[in-house]
Amino acid sequence: MFALVDCNSFYASCERVFRPDLKGRPVVVLSNNDGCIVAGSPEARGLGVRTGMPLHEARDLIRKHGVAVFSSNYTLYGDMSRRVVATLETLVPQVEMYSIDECFLDLSLFPDHELQPLGQQIRERVARWVGLPVCVGIAPTKTLAKLANSLAKKDAGAGGAVVLNSDARRRGALWQVPVSAVWGVGRRLAGRLEAMDINTAEQLAAADRRLIRKRFSVVQERLVRELNGEPCLTMETQPVPRQQVIHSRSFGDPLVSLPALRQAVSDFTAKAAEKMRQEGLCAGRISLYLRTAPMGKPQQLFPHTASASLSPASLDTRVLSRQAGELLSSLWKPGYRYGKAGVMLTELSPAGQGQASLFASQETTRKEEALMKTLDAINASGKGKVWLAGRGMKREEQSVWAMRRAHLSPAYTTRVEDLPRVY
Amino acid sequence: MPELPLFAERIAAGFPSPAQGYMDEPLDLNRLCLGEEAATFLLRVEGESMTGAGIFPGDILVVDRAREAGHGDIVVVAVDGAFTVKELQLSPEPVLLPHNPRHQPLYLEGREWELFGVATFSVHALDRRSRARVCPG
Repeated sequence: MFALVDCNSFYASCERVFRPDLKGRPVVVLSNNDGCIVAGSPEARGLGVRTGMPLHEARDLIRKHGVAVFSSNYTLYGDMSRRVVATLETLVPQVEMYSIDECFLDLSLFPDHELQPLGQQIRERVARWVGLPVCVGIAPTKTLAKLANSLAKKDAGAGGAVVLNSDARRRGALWQVPVSAVWGVGRRLAGRLEAMDINTAEQLAAADRRLIRKRFSVVQERLVRELNGEPCLTMETQPVPRQQVIHSRSFGDPLVSLPALRQAVSDFTAKAAEKMRQEGLCAGRISLYLRTAPMGKPQQLFPHTASASLSPASLDTRVLSRQAGELLSSLWKPGYRYGKAGVMLTELSPAGQGQASLFASQETTRKEEALMKTLDAINASGKGKVWLAGRGMKREEQSVWAMRRAHLSPAYTTRVEDLPRVY
Repeated sequence: MPELPLFAERIAAGFPSPAQGYMDEPLDLNRLCLGEEAATFLLRVEGESMTGAGIFPGDILVVDRAREAGHGDIVVVAVDGAFTVKELQLSPEPVLLPHNPRHQPLYLEGREWELFGVATFSVHALDRRSRARVCPG
């Protein structure tokens, strides 16, 4: 048996934990750069605010109904997500964090009659300990657990937890769900299935497996098995080894000039390099991509990506930054408005054992590593920051390309100067 | 073939430490003060309503949401849209009691209120340097 635990309106709920004045009030959270709405509380959805709506389209609704608006605060959401996982781990032996607001649990050790009470216990404990509402779906396969969860969310009478532990219950659930809402069925696949007159999860479960495999692939055949209660997907608790480190951001306002873009790229490279060093890795290749603004319009720049190999593999921000600067010079063309840039480090290998190049001595590599370690330690200490001057000398310069986050809430749980106040 | 045991412990070349075999784990403030870490939140104290209980403005209040709140506990409650720390009294009627004679009890009857958690410790800095560490800015 598997459970899927999903936090209800996760981002909006996180904001509300520390703002008791927002209880029962509509809350929305904006995407990176405050462009559009990425999450809303049930009250906000009731007003007609939809996920994906550009902020300017929702302005009237927001003003009229006094909707509380927040920029994405991933520092807060990340910590609240960590607390949810830790809380679940006090109840079950194995938790797989599937996304920032969803976890799969392995319930193979629980007897059948304990599943429904466990679902309730999970809801109560997460609500009490972390302050977040969750729904629980329990079923013999991950695909069914996901489906049970969506029913728990929709059906107010279910008490927030749905258990599909018998054939009758499973069938009773499957017919209610359109095929497009099944986990792993995207819009295109749904269209092709509907053309075969498969419109509900029940019809997909009853489909001829061989035909499905022939028309699509083993992945879709597995889906049919999972819907029939045959577990094909298992718990994935081992983190996948990292293939790449990316740092990309949209700019608050589109950038036109090369110097401003150069600073942004230098900063993104430093951030990606720091993240990579935290995992003890170094990069064999660096890539850069640029996106022209405004958002939603087709890409105007061609080519818009470039990459270069690094020999020897490097973890040195100075080396990476210089290389990124060269890539930028090769890509940049005057006359465009640039809305976004990204730096990607790939061909990662453990640091300290990279193949030494013919020309770089072991000695210099060791010195670079020591320098970077010192740099990271200073930046992590909270006592001050050290950066390459290429990123811009002053804060005001950096604000030219910084992300727009006009409605950012405090990092209530991770910064000592941001603690919530109690009177 | 003779077998020899290999000792992984470090041995002092001079006299062996008389503490060998008596070592404890060092004391850890987190383990002493935090019940369930996932359910523990830190809040910044403002105002003087609880000075009698040793809770002063600028202190960091440790709040455990995993603990059941009972009569006489010091709790954080959300009342009228803000967090307040007071002693919880459940009978004869629900009241939040300040620990400062200049403050009035807060009767909960008829008000919108929700328990946030039980306050378990207050971190109070004793000098300016310590204060700068726990209360920057």
